[in-house]
Amino acid sequence: MSKVQSVKPNKDKPVRPVINESGIEIKTLYTADDVIASGGIDASLPGELPFTRGIHSEMYRRRPWTMRQYTGFANAAETNERFHYLIANGQTGLNVAFDLATQCGYDSDAPEAYGEVGRVGMAVDSLRDFEIAFDGIDLENITVSLTINGTAAILIAMFLAMAEKRGYDVAKLRGTAQNDILKEFIGRGTWIFPVDASVKLVTDTIEYCAHHAPKYSPVSVCGYHIRESGATPAEEIGYAFAIAKAYTDRALSRGLDIDEFAGRLSFNLNIYGNLFEQVAKFRAARRHWAKIIADEYHAKKPDSGWLRMIAGGGGFGLTIEQPENNIMRGAYYALVAALSGAQTMALCCYDEAYTIPTPKAQRISLRTMQLLIEEIGLCDTVDPLGGSYYIETLTNQMEDKIVETMKWVDDQGGVIKAVSEGIIQAKVSSHAYARQKDLESGKIRKVGVNCYVEEEKEDLKVELHPYDQAGAEKQIASLQKLRAERNAAEVERCLKALRADAQANRNVMPALVAAVKAYATVGEMTNVLVDVYGRYQEPIRF
Amino acid sequence: MTGRKKKILIAKPGLDGHDVGAKVVVRALMDAGYEVIYTGLRQTPEAIAGKARDENVDVIGLSILSGSHLPLCQKTAKLLRDYQMTDRVWLVGGNIPEKDRHALAEMGFKGVFPTASKLSDIVSYIRENLP
Repeated sequence: MSKVQSVKPNKDKPVRPVINESGIEIKTLYTADDVIASGGIDASLPGELPFTRGIHSEMYRRRPWTMRQYTGFANAAETNERFHYLIANGQTGLNVAFDLATQCGYDSDAPEAYGEVGRVGMAVDSLRDFEIAFDGIDLENITVSLTINGTAAILIAMFLAMAEKRGYDVAKLRGTAQNDILKEFIGRGTWIFPVDASVKLVTDTIEYCAHHAPKYSPVSVCGYHIRESGATPAEEIGYAFAIAKAYTDRALSRGLDIDEFAGRLSFNLNIYGNLFEQVAKFRAARRHWAKIIADEYHAKKPDSGWLRMIAGGGGFGLTIEQPENNIMRGAYYALVAALSGAQTMALCCYDEAYTIPTPKAQRISLRTMQLLIEEIGLCDTVDPLGGSYYIETLTNQMEDKIVETMKWVDDQGGVIKAVSEGIIQAKVSSHAYARQKDLESGKIRKVGVNCYVEEEKEDLKVELHPYDQAGAEKQIASLQKLRAERNAAEVERCLKALRADAQANRNVMPALVAAVKAYATVGEMTNVLVDVYGRYQEPIRF
Repeated sequence: MTGRKKKILIAKPGLDGHDVGAKVVVRALMDAGYEVIYTGLRQTPEAIAGKARDENVDVIGLSILSGSHLPLCQKTAKLLRDYQMTDRVWLVGGNIPEKDRHALAEMGFKGVFPTASKLSDIVSYIRENLP
């Protein structure tokens, strides 16, 4: 062990400069002057426009955030069992993970699905899988979030059909689909159709839900994955807002009123990074989104401009080295999300850098959130960091940075053009490269990775989730049984109607709902749409 | 470097959409002076092996984070053997548990770079193993 040395501070030597990830220089001390110089004091109250301090007046005192761990693996039956386990442990919402075949529009027996069935999420081929997955789940009190994008229109149709069959009134049904396809082209990559047709499908879901399922949130715009792919916190929000505006513009062009759907748009945002930068980011984002909806879109209902968000994830911040450290990282993530006024949390589990989380890892994440609620006092008062000179200054500065990013996107010709040409992808990936080089050079410090490294490798204490070939075969067998048993003529008729609607550029949601009810499969419906819309060709740009 | 620039193919087989790592590796290899071809997402083993053969690349690197590396590497390896490309450098990176390293090496993927590998290590591995 090295001796402890006392170091006398050298007052003549300047302190090291600190610049946060978004590019803002951080001072050693903040005063009221800084708040004023950065744009002034925001005296608005929570629950009032522009919602800087929170979208509700009493926030967590009224109701703590929804706890919604990301879950799903193997098949519908095993996932259903895990859902019940989590609910029994106090989880208050569901957040469903689907396997890559489902996400990319392939049936479990398609050659492209080989090796992927039930691997990173639950396999879904037809409505039957949804009936099994949500069996015994009270859909009125446990809201369900579907993490699905490329095939979101199909899975939303499936969810609504399943709920209707169970006797729920779809007009009152709550729930969320991720359904943010533009970010899939930037990061995450489960696109299917070309950009324009993909955005058309998102617009179809917004329009359909506005008319038939007005409480359902058809889109959760994700800055999350863009941040994971390399964007700074301010860019994350800037890109997310540019994307949200693109969907909004398309929905308006269908003749919808802004107040008919804007309140049902939600956001999925990343949490990892500097605590203060993150809290300021969320406060600035709430304020700026409310301004966009009120000033640019002239919404009349204040809640149309609510930035409702799920936060708590930040996979990039977790490390494969010393995986137990990820438990602490998860706890800080939850703290940041609570200080930021998140509506919903889905915490990263400590074993996520390795595998699909075990029940134990999920329980630890759940308990982390519960102890913040029960023991640490995070629900006592609204926006507890509001009024801090530092946070208020940084909130003003982060908003400026968000505006800067949105302007950059506009200068590229808008988000749809910039994504189609791979411009945003190239920019985000160049950041990721710079970040990786900074990690390797030690410029960015990462505990267990480039400092406090343990030379001797510990035995891995993480339990891995192996691929289950027998499970995949079981899924394929039940799919083939379903194909044999269902009314083939009815499926044929529904798929034909779907093709006709797609060809005529009509909203395909009614046809999808009908096809889903006839037990058409995800692959069958996707293939019809691919026939009409084509497949996306990824632009390769560095 | 004498003669032609050495050519590297970085490929994303299967349905896995995680491309941050693959793209970062592409940039690092370009900075190291190589000619790099990136396939983009969602490539079949057939398409990848075909590209490797048509472009006559010196290095083939697969990036897989979905956990499906064993079946995907196996299929690609068979095709690369059919195309007589066993004298090239084969790499695989991604979410790969230590216990699979041996099986991958047996298939011919001797360079295994799990998540958290250093770019500098990947570059030096390629330098040392290219003829």
